[in-house]
Parts: sequence; C-alpha cells; structure tokens
Amino acid sequence: MSATVDAAEVRRLTRELLAAHPPATTGRTDFLEARFDAGLAWVHYPVGLGGLDAPRSLQPVVDAGLAAAGAPDNDPRRIGIGLGMAAPTILGFGTDEQKQRFLRPLWVGDEVWCQLFSEPGAGSDLAALATRAVRAEDGTGDWVVDGQKVWTSSAHVARWAILIARTDPDVPKHRGISYFICDMTDPGVEVRPLRQITGEAEFNEVFLTGVRIPDNRRLGPVGEGWKVAQTTLMNERVSIGGARIPREGGMIGTVARTWREQPALRTHDLHQRMLTLWVEAEVARLTGERLRQQLVAGQPGPEGSGMKLAFARLNQEISGLEVELLGDEGLLYSDWTMRRPELVDFTGRDAGYRYLRSKGNSIEGGTSEVLLNIVAERVLGLPVEPRNDKDAAWKDLAR
Amino acid sequence: MTPQTEAHAPDLLYSETEEDLRSAVRSLLADRADAPTVIASVESGTPYDQRLWDSLAAGIGAAGLLVPEKLGGQGAGHREAAVVVEELGRSVVPAPFLTSAVVATDVLLALGADDGPAGELLDGLAAGRKVAVLAVPFATAPADGAAALAGTLDRTVTGVADAVAADVLLVPTGEGLYAVETGGDGVTVQPLVALDLTRPLATVTLSGVTGTRLAEPGPAAAAVTRGLLSGAGLLASEQLGLAEWCLTETVRYTRERHQFNRPVGSFQSLKHRMAQLWLQVVSARAAARNAADALAAGSPDAPLAVAVAQAYCSKVAVHAAEECVQLHGGIGMTWEHPAHLYLKRAKADSIAYGSAGRHRDAVAELMELPAP
Ligand SMILES: Cc1cc2nc3c(=O)[nH]c(=O)nc-3n(C[C@H](O)[C@H](O)[C@H](O)COP(=O)(O)OP(=O)(O)OC[C@H]3O[C@@H](n4cnc5c(N)ncnc54)[C@H](O)[C@@H]3O)c2cc1C
Repeated sequence: MSATVDAAEVRRLTRELLAAHPPATTGRTDFLEARFDAGLAWVHYPVGLGGLDAPRSLQPVVDAGLAAAGAPDNDPRRIGIGLGMAAPTILGFGTDEQKQRFLRPLWVGDEVWCQLFSEPGAGSDLAALATRAVRAEDGTGDWVVDGQKVWTSSAHVARWAILIARTDPDVPKHRGISYFICDMTDPGVEVRPLRQITGEAEFNEVFLTGVRIPDNRRLGPVGEGWKVAQTTLMNERVSIGGARIPREGGMIGTVARTWREQPALRTHDLHQRMLTLWVEAEVARLTGERLRQQLVAGQPGPEGSGMKLAFARLNQEISGLEVELLGDEGLLYSDWTMRRPELVDFTGRDAGYRYLRSKGNSIEGGTSEVLLNIVAERVLGLPVEPRNDKDAAWKDLAR
Repeated sequence: MTPQTEAHAPDLLYSETEEDLRSAVRSLLADRADAPTVIASVESGTPYDQRLWDSLAAGIGAAGLLVPEKLGGQGAGHREAAVVVEELGRSVVPAPFLTSAVVATDVLLALGADDGPAGELLDGLAAGRKVAVLAVPFATAPADGAAALAGTLDRTVTGVADAVAADVLLVPTGEGLYAVETGGDGVTVQPLVALDLTRPLATVTLSGVTGTRLAEPGPAAAAVTRGLLSGAGLLASEQLGLAEWCLTETVRYTRERHQFNRPVGSFQSLKHRMAQLWLQVVSARAAARNAADALAAGSPDAPLAVAVAQAYCSKVAVHAAEECVQLHGGIGMTWEHPAHLYLKRAKADSIAYGSAGRHRDAVAELMELPAP
C-alpha cells in the first residue's frame, strides 16, 4: 500500500480526470477508459491496472466526487460477476499478460463475464463437478473441454467466462480441478436459455463440446483450481458495498410508501408484520453500516458472512408481505412473457416479480444452509460433520 | 411532517477508551461476581454486594459516567455507559447501575439544575455515595413518561426496580417531580418476589411523606421521558451482553458435550441454530450501539434509534437465553447452572421500559406508518 496516496491526492486526481474529460462532452466508454487509466477505477488495485495501490477506503471519495459531477458509471449490476468475482481472481492468480488483457475491458463494461461453475450434479458440492478438461493430442498444450454447466447468469450476454473443470479424476475431488478463462464465442460453446420461476430467462444452460482453451488462459497451476475458486467464492460473498444505504433504502421503502399512500389497504395483522420487518430492515441496514465502518477502520470482522443471509431472508419476507398488502393488485403479475434480461432489476418491477425473484437470494451464490454451515464452522468454531469424500478419488465417489 | 430520515451519522464502533473501560469492568466482575457468587447472593436475600457496587461505582467511576465533570462526574456519556451495561448484562450482576446511574441520573440531568437539591443529589449519585431510582413501574415505556406525571405524593407504586437499594426515590406527581428519602417516615419499600432474581422489584408506598420538589410538571415530564428513553436505549446493551454470553456458553458447551459418539455441536440442526443466533447478536450490536450513540449525541434520531433497538434486542436476548437452556439439555434446567439467571433476566428485560410491541408502536408513530 502506498503511503503517498491519501484522500487529498485522490480528490486531486478525481478533479484532474473531470477537467480533462468533462462528463458532459465525453462519451461514456471514453470516460470510463480514462478513469481506468487514471487509476480511479478501483483505487486499491495496482498502478497500471486501474488502481493507485491506495487503501480501499478511499474508493468512496472517488465515487462521491464523480457522482456529484454526473460522471457515467459502469453499471455494476450488469457486470457484477466480472467485477465481483472474475477481477479479484485474475488479480490474485493471473499472469501479467492476463491482467493486462482482461481487467480494463471488464471494468469499463465492454466485456461482460459469466461464471461457469455449477453443474446439474454439482451445486453446493461444487468440487464434485464432472466437466472434463484434457490436453489436446496435437501437442499445442491446449485444453479440450466437455461438459454441461447450469444456472449460468448472463451467459447469453457474456464475452468471457470463469470456468472450473476436472483435469484429474484419479485424485480426491478438490485436488483434480483446474481453473480457466473460457471464450464464450468459441465453437463448441452453446448457451440455451433456462426459463425461471419469474417467467424470464436470466440464467442459462451452457453446453461445452470439444471447446479448445489455450493453456495461457489457465488461471493458477494445473490441479489447483479449487484454491483459485475459493478466492472467487469468497469475493462473491463479501461484495457488500461501500456505500451507505439510507433509511428505507431497500425493499421495505416500497412497502412503507404503499402503506402511507393507500390507507384502504391497511389491516392490523399487516401492520404488526410490517413494523416487525421495518425494524429488522433498519437493524440490517445498521449492521451493514457497522461492517462498513469496521472495514474503513481497518478492523474487518466476520459480520460480512452473515449479511447475505440476513438480506436474503428479509427480501423474501418483505416482498411476500408486499404481495399480501396489495390485495387485489397482488393477485396480478405484470408479464409472463419469456424474456432474456441483461440485468436483475428488483426495483423496476412489480411486487409479484420481487416476491418470486427474491426466492433466488437464498440459493444463488451459496445457499443459506451452506452459509450457515460456514458461519457455524469458521466463525463459531463448531466441529465439522464427519464426511467420507475427502480422501477418495473423485472417480470412485457415488454420483 | 415527513417521516424521519437519519439526522445524525452514527459511530457504531467502540473507541479505545470504551474498550479500556470494558476491560476494567469485566475483570472486576470476573473477580467478584462469577456465576456461583451471583447465585449465592440472590439466595442470601441481600442481592446487592455493597463492596462490589462501591468498586464499580466509585472505584471505576461508573456511577458518574453520565454526569459532567463540573458536577462531580466523569463527563463521559451514553456510549461509555452502554459498555458498562453490556458487561453487567454479560454477568447478570445485581447492581443498580441502569436504574440509578442511567435513568435517575438522566432525569436529574435533564432538569438542567446545576445547584440546589437536584445538583446535590447528582453529586451524591456521581460519587457512588447514593443510589436513586425513578418511582415508576419497571415496565413503563418512554412514550408513557409524560403520563406518569399524575396523582399526589401519597401513593403506591408497584414493580419499582432496585427500590430496595435506593436511598432516594424520584417520584413523579401531578404537581411535579419530588425527591423522597427512603429512610424517612411514611415510606415503605416492600420487596416483591420477582421473576428476575438478579434485579429486585418492590412495591413503594408513600403516605404522608414530605419530599423535596425538584421540578414543575412541564420540565418534570420531559425529564422523566428522557430518563426512560435512556433506560430503554441502554437496556438494549444489557440484552446484547446477555445474548452474547448465552451464545458463547452454548457454543463452548456443545463443542464439548458428546452424544452418539460425536460432539453435539457437530449436528447441523444445532449448528444452524447457533449460526442464526450469531447473526442476531451481530445485528443486536449494531442496533444497541446506534441507540447509545444517538443518546450520547442528543440526536433528534434518539427516540427512533431507541425504539428500533428495543423492538429488536429484547427478542434476541430472550431467544438466546431460551436456546441456551435448550441446547444445554438437562443441565440447562438445573438451578446450579447459571442459564436460568439469564433466561429470567432476558424475559424480565423484554417487559422493562416497554415491550417490543410498545416500541413498534413508537416506530409506527415516528415513521408515520399508522395503524388502520
Ligand atoms: C438466480 C440464480 C443464479 C445463479 N447464477 C449462477 C451462475 O451465474 N453461475 C453458477 O455457476 N451458478 C449459478 N447459480 C447456481 C447456484 O450457485 C446453485 O444453485 C447453488 O450453489 C446451489 O446448488 P444446487 O442448486 O445444486 O442445490 P443443491 O446443492 O442440490 O441443494 C439442494 C438443497 O440442499 C441444501 N443443501 C445442500 N448441501 C447442503 C449441506 N451441506 N448442508 C445443508 N443443506 C445443504 C441446499 O441448501 C438446498 O436447499 C445460480 C442460482 C440461482 C438460483
């Protein structure tokens, strides 16, 4: 971490960027590229890779300065997988060449990423995956990948994917996995929409048939992909934002507004339930705020592991209450047409959509049950359950 | 009026000074108030250990935390007091800190009188020479503070917490607030058999007493409300400390206790319950700190912060204590194991200074989310 970069320096650089590329007259992509090159994309990244080697806590200073000037942002919702998962993994395990090639277009949003991890037979037990990668017989060192992935968000808009595949079936499951960057435009990659509970297809099935991946798109050593994947998964779960959420900033705000504006919908039962959830949402907001303050003070606690659990449950309960509160209107749904959206938009849709989509909050990115196991074992130090899959070769495990 | 948005950016962490204070209180309690000692003392009929209270109140200076230095106190605030309350909750020690050093003290401070009888009394409280309690039922919510100003000095008040330890009662009446010495004629303090063994309750009867008038009805109502608000707000820290003890002990016990040839803490159904509890404790900490910080800052957000903390933390404490009893199995049902002290304190706390439901009503009012 560089000692010379402080808040004043970051503010100066932000002003300089804005002066050289006034948002009003600069194209969106040009501005974002200039921002990356100025080291103001993610200030804690290395110089030359969109950062300044500065403390992470200075990022809000940049963001606030740019937002106030009306600068375009890179729509983190659309490129969430790239930002939250691919980027830290490439930074941690990639070669210089890979970092130079991938980070800039990823951050700017020119290239969307997806995550080819889950398979029909391997979800929570991700290390059980069966997609195979074998060396091509032509001596190029290339890999040939065959298998099927599932529930892949954004695969239909993604240019690149982070992919884990089995390279050695004869060793225990965690040891025979390697980690690759997969070109989604390559022959042999087939993306089929997978319609979901909301009617639309935000995620997909991805079939990989003889897909060739050059060895220079491997991340980390052969057989150590599980270790690399741990970095990805850890980042997936701690990506709780640096921004302060205002009171009633989440889904509870929508319900509270409806309550205030439509007295005819009020009942005593709903009132008590809403107030209970209002309090819980406010407490979750404060808990997130406390976590943010801990991070800024350089004393991160384990609280982050719990926030995804809390928000999943709250989103589900609040959106469920909202449907009931709306009564007649709650019986309706905006549109069952099968669509393929580019991003998940909780606020722009109706209550029924929110209710259905929030069911995914406790499944995607690790189910709530699996997260509770993690809290129990890693935070509370409770003993692990006896298991029999650690030492046996993957090929000998029951599937 | 529009519903409240946050008026004050809260500091939800603990400062170094606060951590130092915590260590001092914790080591004093570890030395002098471990669980067997607490159980023995509640059985002795003299729940308060005067020497322990002297060390805490005067030795550490806890009694005067809220009192400004010029009035003989420490000039600290609710954030520091909350840390003391947290530690007292963690060891369910009988000590009139919340009732005297927080509620009664804040009532007197809110009167704004530096000299005269109120100032004198504050000086005694801050030095730990005297204990005062507000003579209202322990269940009184801050929102009912103004309504407590009624009737005359001749009255019976039931369920007054820590009255048995008090030298002075602060009595709200229709004519204002009075200070009444418990040792005087016409004052009887009749101990009640309380659910919570570690916080004595009593019925106070006043008949033909003379008190010292401290304030007119208007300022008295505001002061009583302020005192109750502080009490409710810092009670959340007591609930936090209590819940944290219950979780820690339950985790420790279930890691060691074996059944079916494995530690019972390795069974997933138990692990998930403890993980859920952990998340609630983490959340309770944010809520309790927010209330303490808002009170310390005198923020207009304080009534909402307190209502949110009470509506949340009282449930967490009861849940933690109930899980503690259940996951200890038979041992959890014994008198010898301290779990019952925590359950009794948690359940009583869920009524003290207003139930969760009463605090949710306060949220409804402050946020303009009215009942049908
Ligand atoms: C909206 C959405 C988007 C997604 N996007 C992606 C993506 O982009 N890329 C990707 O790779 N994956 C994605 N996923 C997949 C997601 O990561 C998996 O669904 C998830 O990890 C769970 O795996 P599974 O579906 O196989 O369920 P299973 O693992 O089969 O679980 C079934 C049930 O068993 C429970 N369970 C499993 N193991 C345990 C255990 N050890 N203890 C207790 N309970 C257990 C689970 O909690 C669940 O309730 C997405 C999923 C959703 C819903």
